[in-house]
Amino acid sequence: MYAYDEIDRAIVHERVDEFRDQVRRRLNGELTEDEFKPLRLMNGVYLQLHAYMFRVAIPYGTLSSEQLRKLAHVARTYDRGYGHFTTRQNIQFNWIALADLPDALAELAEVGIHAMQTSGNCTRNVTADQWAGVAPGEIEDPRVWAEILRQHTALHPEFSFLPRKFKFAITASDHDRAAIKIHDIGLKLVRNDAGETGFEVLVGGGLGRSPFIGRTIKSFVKGHDILSYIEAILRVYNQYGRRDNIYKARIKILVHELGIEKFAAEVEQAWSEIADGPLTLDDEMIEDIRSRFIYPAYEKLPAEPDELRAAAGDARFEAWRGNSVAPHRQDGYAIVTLSLKPAGGPPGDATAEQMDAVADLADKYSFGEIRVGHEQNLVLPHVAKRDLPALWAALDKLGLATPNVGLVSDIIACPGLDYCSLANARSIPIAQELSRRFANPETAALIGRLHINISGCINACGHHHVGHIGILGVEKNGEEFYQITIGGRADEGAELGVLIGPAVPYGEVADVIEDIVEAYLSLRQRPDELFVDAVKRLGVEPFKERVYATR
Amino acid sequence: MTSPLQQKIKITGPSVVTANRTTDGVVIYRTATNGWSTDLADAAIVREAEPARALLAAATADDVGAVGAYIAPVEIGADGAVAPGNLREKIRRDGVTIALPVRA
Ligand code: HEM
Ligand code: SF4
Repeated sequence: MYAYDEIDRAIVHERVDEFRDQVRRRLNGELTEDEFKPLRLMNGVYLQLHAYMFRVAIPYGTLSSEQLRKLAHVARTYDRGYGHFTTRQNIQFNWIALADLPDALAELAEVGIHAMQTSGNCTRNVTADQWAGVAPGEIEDPRVWAEILRQHTALHPEFSFLPRKFKFAITASDHDRAAIKIHDIGLKLVRNDAGETGFEVLVGGGLGRSPFIGRTIKSFVKGHDILSYIEAILRVYNQYGRRDNIYKARIKILVHELGIEKFAAEVEQAWSEIADGPLTLDDEMIEDIRSRFIYPAYEKLPAEPDELRAAAGDARFEAWRGNSVAPHRQDGYAIVTLSLKPAGGPPGDATAEQMDAVADLADKYSFGEIRVGHEQNLVLPHVAKRDLPALWAALDKLGLATPNVGLVSDIIACPGLDYCSLANARSIPIAQELSRRFANPETAALIGRLHINISGCINACGHHHVGHIGILGVEKNGEEFYQITIGGRADEGAELGVLIGPAVPYGEVADVIEDIVEAYLSLRQRPDELFVDAVKRLGVEPFKERVYATR
Repeated sequence: MTSPLQQKIKITGPSVVTANRTTDGVVIYRTATNGWSTDLADAAIVREAEPARALLAAATADDVGAVGAYIAPVEIGADGAVAPGNLREKIRRDGVTIALPVRA
């Protein structure tokens, strides 16, 4: 957990007062919508199809139980009793009235949560590996650096009017759970031969209309230099980024047009002017931030407690443990993922009751801490293994123990045409139908790791390009159609999926996906050859044939 | 942004003007009596570009009450009932097509 200081708290409260005044002036007509829109966007307030949508940041995906309870309270008091966790470690409320927003923000401010920089052409919420600080083998906790970045970029005038939005993601593990290669800047903590800690810096990743996988711009930047180096990247972007064309404004287009070598040379030039200047971090600053992350006082516990052995006879418990429980850096503890993907449910939604209950379980079993991952699931990061059976029983009652993490029914989906004013087609009902078809845990386990991602339009909020199977909603003559890609991935081996053929109508999507999965099951070399690996080996042809031969 | 009034207006069939209510974003329709209604049945129907432009102009002038007014297609049944002209408008009128994840 991170403890905010007085300055952070003051900024957040001032911002609420300012927004309260802006809302008042909008409602009495002193501000026109054109004047108000940029102001509301700066506070995370969008207008969707049926209502305002309110997006709240969860920096680096870390929440305290107190904060989660407050989110539940906001959902219950000002919205319709639920919230939607997004692929960028935010939570969205879909039904909030304008007049209620200042009160909701004020309540959130009490627990240090805000909605700044969740929209607009600024540096957005810095996202991180949801297992940060607890994953075995991690170089160090990347959230310390995410927080340094957050403090540096928050309300920074030079980063508030960029050509376009700007997203950072950070990890410190070899296995990338933060999708750093599809962010404007991806940061990977590494150690060089001299034993120093620094970053591999990637730039120019992003999805949307023109998808690109990020490229390494520098393989090692010392930790002390990271702010000046990032500042150099942003200066080059600020100078050359296209402000004339919204579709060409992201840094990925600039990197692509200049080429990574030329872009890197520009950055080196800009960096030479500011390196070793005031942006250089000293150890004291870094330690100050680090010291404000509070880590649990772990006990010395057995790796194989009696409680686990006793529960091993329960097949449902074992299925869940095998799927949703991961090794922790501390012996005797585990990382537990809470699936927000029940069969037939909207991916990533949690009710106020579930949020309250998870907050209570976090207090009881996870030192009061919860994480949010980009897969739209929650995580309890510090669970003693002896408590796993009791935790499972409680989660099962809440509908939060579906043993499908990383499997075919753990679908990432954007709100699509049910909520979003930019959508071409619906995403949620497609996800619901697929999760029902693959609801049998044994079938899902047999299929193995398989990520399905769904977006309702080319903006790609559901990361469809990097789904092992990607589903993109398009519109044809007023009807909902879906393009299917396969072979994408969002991890350290990130790749864009390949289109398998013409778009299929709404009613056929689930059948097509079943065909693709069946083709995979009959074509894989071994049970542990993953779907993406089979696609890599075989190409799209056999899958294409299977899908279109009979259509 | 170009004002909707400067845009080319092309309508191919019966249409209404719709927007979101400023206070809470609820979907509203412009009525023939210079007001707004949450019920599509109350909407003023236009069939040609000029009346559509005039209706949109009046709607847009109410910046305090409504946000983002635009022209949307409708279908008129044999009995005269007005229905949304596409899926997006249908979802705007009827709400999400899924069960909300709240326990009753
Ligand atoms: C009112 C709802 C939303 C609107 C208006 C919206 C709008 C957009 C737009 C316009 C883009 C493309 C930006 C670009 O390429 O420059 C985008 C990208 C993105 N959005 Fe959303 N979005 C919404 C909801 C969501 C939700 C619910 C999620 C998470 C589930 C999300 C996560 C993302 C992500 C991860 C990208 C990705 C790609 C990138 O940055 O290249 N958004 N969004
Ligand atoms: S991908 Fe399109 S439909 Fe889905 S939330 Fe983003 S903007 Fe809306």
